[in-house]
Amino acid sequence: MNAPLLNTSPPVSDEVRKTTCYMCACRCGINVHMREGRVSYIEGNRDHPVNKGVLCAKGASGIMQINAPSRLTQPLRRVGPRGSGAFEPISWDEALALAVSWMKPLRETAPEKLAFFTGRDQSQSFTGWWAQAFGTPNYAAHGGFCSVNMAAGGIYTIGGAFWEFGQPDWERTKLFVMFGVAEDHDSNPIKIGLGKLKARGARVIGVNPIRTGYNAIADDWLGITPGTDGLLILSLIHCLLGAGKVDLDYLAQFTNAPLLVNETEGPEKGLILKNAESQPFVIDRRTGQPAPWDGKGVQPDLGATYQGHRTVFQHMAERYLSPDYAPEAVAGRCGIPAARIHALAAELADVAFGQAIELDQPWTDFRGNSHATMPGRPVSFHAMRGISAHSNGFQTARALHVLQIILGTVETPGGYRLKPPYPKPVEAHPTPHFVSAPGKPLSGPHLGYVRGPEQLALKEDGSPARIDKAFTWENPFSAHGLMHMLIPNAHAGDPYRIDTLFLYMANMAWNSSMNTTKVMAMLTDKGPDGEYIIPRIIYSDAYASEMVAYADLILPDTTYMERHDCISLLDRPISEPDAAGDSIRWPVTEPDRDVRGFQSVLLDLGARLGLAPMVKEDGSPKFKDYADYIQNHIRRPGVGPLIGFRGADGSLTGRGAANPEQIAAYIANGGFFQAHVPAEAAFYKPWNAAYQDWAVKTSFYETPQPYLFNIWSEPMRKFQLAAEGHGTIQPPDHVRARLKQAMDPLPIWYPPFGDTEASGWGYPIHALTQRPMDMYHSWGSQNAWLRQIRGKNYLYLPTKIWAEHGFKDGDFARVISPSGAITAPVAHMAALNENTIWTWNAIGKRKGAWALDEGAPEAVEGFLLNHLISELLPEKGDGMRWSNSDPVTGQAAWFDLRVRIENVGPKPQSEPSFAPVPPIVPKGGKR
Amino acid sequence: MHPAPSVILFSTLSGMGLGLLAFLGAGLAVATGWTAFLWWGLGYALAVGGLAASTFHLGNPQRALLAFTQWRTSWLSREAWAAVAALLVLAPTALSDLFDLGLPRAVGQVGAVLALLTVFTTSMIYTQIRAVPRWHHWTTPVLFLSFAITGGAMLSGQGWAWVCLIALAPLLILAWRIGDGQFAKAGQTLGTATGLDRVGEVQVFEQAHTAGNYLLREMIFVVGRKHARKLRQIAVGLVAVLPALIMALAPLGPVSVAIAAALHLGGALAQRWLFFAEAEHVVGLYYGKRGS
Amino acid sequence: MTQLPTSTAKQLGLVVDLDTCVGCQACVTACKGWNDQGGGLSDQQPYGADPSGTFLNRVHSYQVQPPDGAAQIINFPRSCLHCADAPCVTVCPTGASYKRAEDGIVLVNESACIGCGLCAWACPYGAREMDAEQGVMKKCTLCVDRIYNENLPEEDREPACVRTCPTGARHFGDFADPESKVSRLTRERGGFDLMPDLKTRPTNKYLPPRKKDVRQDASLLAPLLDIQATGFAGWLDKVLGKI
Ligand SMILES: Nc1nc2c(c(=O)[nH]1)N[C@H]1C(S)=C(S)[C@@H](COP(=O)(O)OP(=O)(O)OC[C@H]3O[C@@H](n4cnc5c(=O)[nH]c(N)nc54)[C@H](O)[C@@H]3O)O[C@H]1N2
Ligand SMILES: Nc1nc2c(c(=O)[nH]1)N[C@H]1C(S)=C(S)[C@@H](COP(=O)(O)OP(=O)(O)OC[C@H]3O[C@@H](n4cnc5c(=O)[nH]c(N)nc54)[C@H](O)[C@@H]3O)O[C@H]1N2
Ligand code: SF4
Ligand code: SF4
Ligand code: SF4
Ligand code: SF4
Ligand code: SF4
Ligand SMILES: [Mo]
Repeated sequence: MNAPLLNTSPPVSDEVRKTTCYMCACRCGINVHMREGRVSYIEGNRDHPVNKGVLCAKGASGIMQINAPSRLTQPLRRVGPRGSGAFEPISWDEALALAVSWMKPLRETAPEKLAFFTGRDQSQSFTGWWAQAFGTPNYAAHGGFCSVNMAAGGIYTIGGAFWEFGQPDWERTKLFVMFGVAEDHDSNPIKIGLGKLKARGARVIGVNPIRTGYNAIADDWLGITPGTDGLLILSLIHCLLGAGKVDLDYLAQFTNAPLLVNETEGPEKGLILKNAESQPFVIDRRTGQPAPWDGKGVQPDLGATYQGHRTVFQHMAERYLSPDYAPEAVAGRCGIPAARIHALAAELADVAFGQAIELDQPWTDFRGNSHATMPGRPVSFHAMRGISAHSNGFQTARALHVLQIILGTVETPGGYRLKPPYPKPVEAHPTPHFVSAPGKPLSGPHLGYVRGPEQLALKEDGSPARIDKAFTWENPFSAHGLMHMLIPNAHAGDPYRIDTLFLYMANMAWNSSMNTTKVMAMLTDKGPDGEYIIPRIIYSDAYASEMVAYADLILPDTTYMERHDCISLLDRPISEPDAAGDSIRWPVTEPDRDVRGFQSVLLDLGARLGLAPMVKEDGSPKFKDYADYIQNHIRRPGVGPLIGFRGADGSLTGRGAANPEQIAAYIANGGFFQAHVPAEAAFYKPWNAAYQDWAVKTSFYETPQPYLFNIWSEPMRKFQLAAEGHGTIQPPDHVRARLKQAMDPLPIWYPPFGDTEASGWGYPIHALTQRPMDMYHSWGSQNAWLRQIRGKNYLYLPTKIWAEHGFKDGDFARVISPSGAITAPVAHMAALNENTIWTWNAIGKRKGAWALDEGAPEAVEGFLLNHLISELLPEKGDGMRWSNSDPVTGQAAWFDLRVRIENVGPKPQSEPSFAPVPPIVPKGGKR
Repeated sequence: MHPAPSVILFSTLSGMGLGLLAFLGAGLAVATGWTAFLWWGLGYALAVGGLAASTFHLGNPQRALLAFTQWRTSWLSREAWAAVAALLVLAPTALSDLFDLGLPRAVGQVGAVLALLTVFTTSMIYTQIRAVPRWHHWTTPVLFLSFAITGGAMLSGQGWAWVCLIALAPLLILAWRIGDGQFAKAGQTLGTATGLDRVGEVQVFEQAHTAGNYLLREMIFVVGRKHARKLRQIAVGLVAVLPALIMALAPLGPVSVAIAAALHLGGALAQRWLFFAEAEHVVGLYYGKRGS
Repeated sequence: MTQLPTSTAKQLGLVVDLDTCVGCQACVTACKGWNDQGGGLSDQQPYGADPSGTFLNRVHSYQVQPPDGAAQIINFPRSCLHCADAPCVTVCPTGASYKRAEDGIVLVNESACIGCGLCAWACPYGAREMDAEQGVMKKCTLCVDRIYNENLPEEDREPACVRTCPTGARHFGDFADPESKVSRLTRERGGFDLMPDLKTRPTNKYLPPRKKDVRQDASLLAPLLDIQATGFAGWLDKVLGKI
């Protein structure tokens, strides 16, 4: 037999439709191949700025997501007891009428009784706008339990954050250091970037208790003890300062290091010293006299002392030069030998100063000084939840930014670059709005950046205005809200009772809750009157998740290929350091079920409720559907959800009238749009006049907003002052001590709260989770391909613990925390901090959920660590149960968890094991 | 390797049948009439039945004829040819014996050689597999041929069959002994399989998928060491010792031969089960699975 | 056609960079997606208690303990290596398995495959999987239906797994051309064969992880002066004197 004739050019598909992936917040561009009207194959869009053609494991198996048997098929109304899964199908008209009948009376009497919280839905500027129109103060998305420490720590320090809001200068950086990153939102860009570094042979260092994934390919690994990164970072700062390896020029020009700290005892102490015009000022080295901070030609003196007031630089140096931060002093607590800390500091200094680079690109700063070149310090950093999901995460995030700042590596070539609309100073962000009144919209957006106690979301009587107690003395900078406190607070009626819980796209009865077992009980708990304590729950999901069983009304969503979505510069865009970018999704295929895109449903609800921005004068709906909104909604004059193809003829960028053909233009352009940053504006953005002008033109600000990086944080100091008794708005006494510590205007480290509590009580081991690159939270398990890759999870134990307890393959461990216990299968891992155990996040599933067989490995062996994590810390002698959150931002401290462990030998299944979720959709058969 | 019943049955039954056919063909046991019918019938039944069993493990047996095409390189293809040739060439001799037609024995002797050649080709299917070090050794063809000859001698009622039977015992033990060291001798480890021996000592951290797959089912089969030892003892007892005793001590006759053959067959099945189950494929290294 | 060609005009294959692979599994599902279209690679019990299915590329993860230094994790993708002396080809009784003379790609002609499984036994690398639904042997085709496909834009004529790999840890090219990227990488980075003693002469090469945990000399960072002795003011003068 001869080699068979092979057609090496088979037809690939009938048509390619370009849209945006949805299996995570990375939002890669995808080419959806269609054959006979059905999706046949998905690949990355090479022209797309985010992924440049590549896809991750999830993105490439999207076809199994849109065809999953777990898809909800019709609106449902609960008929049996909550949680029993007894539902009846109803029509959309009935469903919407029911929702309106619940919501309308609330709006007319007490809008705050509707709490609307959303998951990682990628349309927060829209859902927030809806909630604002409704008038409830109770709106937030998932950021509070996710990584608000990282977001807020960045915004308050450099006017931009990690997450996906910036990225290393992958082309030029020579040394890249990652703290606590397993995957992150910028999944593919980080991988592409790492690939570039590897191809160039640049150096990568991973700081992480666990050496998998990105950390596995790092050239050097520091297996740090969880919760101690702040100490390590401050120790690096100590070493760099001690050796004089700091970028003085950068500090003097671009940061508040040369500003003076008010030394006068009293209500101004510790604030930045202002002149008669209420402007901060510097001492000019040329004259020794005060000079405007933004004056042309001024050479700020970092070492100045003026009338007894010293510069921020001096305060900073004095604090960190203290021997308390010497490597030898922190090594034990960090679990990293002092010599390695010295070596890392040396490496940072060597690359930043010994291997500095310079771009031949003239530019002019906001002061009017022109610069012939763009010098760069090719050291870059990235950090994410490993730092932020601790109760000292905000301060640690700030510390890391200060480290970047003293190396002069933010917004310089080779360093960390922000993506438009960032950089953006704190002052350019809104402050929280929270005053609700019957029948009225809220006066502004819910979430924002608090600058002082007067902006806290407190009622007249000082009690929290929001159900999640965001923006209170317990967590003043809770810029993303506290979704993890929503159900516990609503259940406790603290600060008040609500009526309707409206949830969108968050699996709150499972993997996104702390203390999952108790949360499930809270959702079904009844009061003495026999009524549910949380009276009504409306939920929108696309799939039969664990949460669905707990809803009274289910609004089934479409999948991501069946609807319009908008990835907008008004919330989380797809920009690059060199370009602002936004994108859309559009229905590349029609739903085959009675489901509707949630955003369109929300507009419909808004119109039925008569919410002003959603109805015309005559009361009829203003927007036909979400697509109509995307094109025609005007946020500020000339500014809408999308920046591309604006103006009647589609020729305008950033600002311009609505364009009825805008979506068509996006589709023709591959589903996205980019506005490129001019070359002279590409770096030094916060201070670069060309960038500032471009940003105004492209609609990010109304006027140029140059600013200085905040090494010293004045908003924080204002809270400390309040805690010290200054000012009229005073915290309750029980939080004073905590505020004084946590709101330090210079980054500090304190042991994570969970830590101090637990370690003395016999919980010696740190327990963590990591995201698997091939699963997205709970909803990868419904994907026939992905669940074969990761259908169960193990608890990974370091060699020391493995040996100490005599574990063998096949054994299970009982893991006990101060708030619960689980039993889970174990496996050995050597490349792991010796006091840390961990597992993959959200692999465990409840039996019967996601259209999986009840015997599915996810449900039998898979397990969640969440049962061990409480949303409240154990009582510590003050009669209080503090929230398990960062005291500054309210960030959920998932990774403070401390446990002890026992070997219980082989077991048939993981514990706890719950009764199966009743089938909401039929169990999946063949695919 | 997965001890698939179809393959175990195939190799034991066809080996025995071809052995018997070889004896009949060679004229070492000559009968006529009904005896011939039973003998030849048994030989053909075992050989053809075994070959038929082998098709059960084919994914697409309807294309089996294609298996004749690659005799230049493939031992399986050669086996197909050899089997068909043996069965065809022996047929006239069988008929001649049955109906006393007086065909020259030489034809039958050619058939006998072909029958043994078939067994040899079968054995080479396994022997050629370098990825299974235990098989990749001269003991494999020797064992297969010994089994066939022994089975043939026994079933054809040779008075000296007990010698063959008893000789099988040391041969089996030797093959096991050698086999036990083969994997190590092949020198493949997780380190060479991944090439990561150049970095350090390698262990599995996570298997590629948590779900099962063809490789794990087909190529990776773990028998407990204790289990294997017991089974080996049983196999030696059944294959060699007991039937040898019967053949040597009991009066030779259809009953004693049948009992001895049944015991032998039982042992052969156990031996063949072990032949697969104990054979470790190097792919197991990737999964951190070494047998026993 | 189970006789192996004595030489092939081209020697197409992959280089997998173990220094760069983060183990993201993207190549696994991209491969599945491309080769599945219309059910090419079946799954059994996809939503059941014991799911399994056919994949042509799987990514393992190993932990390695070097003689000195901390333990490491190394991710390890495994697919067909398109061996020059492919034992999987010569054992095939039907000729379904063959190695292309023009480019060295090892393929299965599914319409001639009887599903005997012998080729999978012969492959030391576990690169062949029998599809449980179709009863035919499946293996990496090196995306022969992409790399020459005139219906794809030129830049997309590369394997699906290579195209999707976010870190660029997979490279495709012609090893017969000493100047190709794959040849160069193999030369420069010490690309190696898996189990070379088994005499399969794999085409695909793996690049070893670079030496890890080699640290900078800390003495580079000498303190400016002894702050304890001279005090903060002395330090400040010293530092700022450098502007
Ligand atoms: N132990 C531990 N717990 C954690 C974390 C951790 O690190 N460790 N991480 C926390 C973090 S950062 C986060 S962000 C949360 C995430 O937690 P969740 O936001 O609850 O995560 P998902 O499981 O993705 O749940 C999202 C829900 O959206 C549904 N969904 C998917 N697609 C659509 C759609 O198109 N429309 C609609 N309407 N619904 C859809 C899914 O079916 C699922 O029910 O988990 C938190 N929980
Ligand atoms: N594939 C995939 N991608 C995702 C998601 C997903 O579910 N799947 N979820 C998305 C979401 S919602 C989020 S919030 C992001 C989060 O992305 P990541 O921030 O990467 O989230 P985690 O997986 O929680 O990783 C936290 C890392 O911090 C480490 N760590 C824990 N404690 C410490 C510590 O004290 N110090 C240091 N240095 N490290 C520590 C852990 O070992 C782990 O590697 O990912 C997003 N991207
Ligand atoms: S990283 Fe993966 S899941 Fe996330 S958007 Fe990109 S392709 Fe989709
Ligand atoms: S896609 Fe690339 S990085 Fe990811 S597992 Fe495959 S080879 Fe490794
Ligand atoms: S890797 Fe295996 S399947 Fe591929 S050519 Fe080599 S032996 Fe054959
Ligand atoms: S399974 Fe198919 S390709 Fe493999 S050896 Fe048998 S017939 Fe040939
Ligand atoms: S080359 Fe093609 S068939 Fe082979 S592993 Fe890559 S994607 Fe799969
Ligand atoms: Mo998150």
